[in-house]
Amino acid sequence: MASALINVPAKAKLGDIIEIKTLMSHIMEPGYRRTASGETVPRDIITSFTCRFNGTEVFRADLFPAIAANPFITFFTTATGSGKFEFEWIGDKGFAETTSASIVVE
Amino acid sequence: MKVARTIAMAALLVVANAGAAEIPQSERRSGFSFMAPDTQAMQNDDTNNPGMLWVLDGEALWKRKAGSADKACADCHGDASTSMKGVAARYPAFDKALGRPVDLEQRINLCRANRQQAAPLAYESRDLLTLTAFIARQSHGIAIEADTDPQLEPFIAKGRALYSQRQGQLNLACANCHDDNWDKRLAGSAITQGRPTGYPIYRLEWQSLGSLQRRVRSCITGIRAQAYDYGAPELVELELYLMSRARGMPMESPAVRP
Repeated sequence: MASALINVPAKAKLGDIIEIKTLMSHIMEPGYRRTASGETVPRDIITSFTCRFNGTEVFRADLFPAIAANPFITFFTTATGSGKFEFEWIGDKGFAETTSASIVVE
Repeated sequence: MKVARTIAMAALLVVANAGAAEIPQSERRSGFSFMAPDTQAMQNDDTNNPGMLWVLDGEALWKRKAGSADKACADCHGDASTSMKGVAARYPAFDKALGRPVDLEQRINLCRANRQQAAPLAYESRDLLTLTAFIARQSHGIAIEADTDPQLEPFIAKGRALYSQRQGQLNLACANCHDDNWDKRLAGSAITQGRPTGYPIYRLEWQSLGSLQRRVRSCITGIRAQAYDYGAPELVELELYLMSRARGMPMESPAVRP
């Protein structure tokens, strides 16, 4: 059960530059730490984040071990029409989460 | 000779009292006001505040049935936005059956044991933190009033004594930093006044949510004293005194702290 917080404006005017904010719950274990007994804690991070608008990719990011827990990714895009933003996070140990948010463009 | 000794003693007492002066009401500040604008912005926007991830999970857990009684929190308490409003601002609270104060985490576990017949949740476990965060969130903006019950008085006094008690290899009391030197810095960090307005907090250093007991224990380790175990009466008394010391200040849970 991983939860995500998404902030997409509900409404925008055509051509507006809008900010999208995403926050995903994840421990982002870098894989360099050791336990008290000396064993390496296996890496467990999100490796990729993608945002698609009506099926077309508008933003993508690769994530690496130095990124803090619960990655907060924010970016800008242009409002080209009404539709649905789909967000996808993929990571180690089969981590795969998706969520979506709609926007109305006038 | 005796007179001289008495004067010396009196002078010492005056110095001791001056050192332990409490912060005047008008100078009370939440830890929030010590933070950088970026960190403040992170707390203020619910979609930026990582603590809200725990609140979201807590809302789901609130409605999930647990234990052999097969009851969810919501089955007794209903809508948390009304039933839990202001509750966290009044904890730790006196428990009649136990005859001592319990904090919010202990109240949740008492409810689990007595009403849900479920196993207690471990301190700092994800489930206990999510439930605490969700309940504390319902008190957002409400003034702290954890010390109204007269039965709590002896426990607040014990907490206060512990707060003023020098301990550890560094021989420091909580008061030495948080009453006497809150306007200074320790290495690069603000010392702050030790107001527990936003627990459980998302601490950037922890990269996770944590309870007031975790925060207090790490302070105790910092003065190189032996930290009390989670759930120890001493920790609850300290929590209680800290909350009474922050009486009237608005709750910020889940707060973000560096």
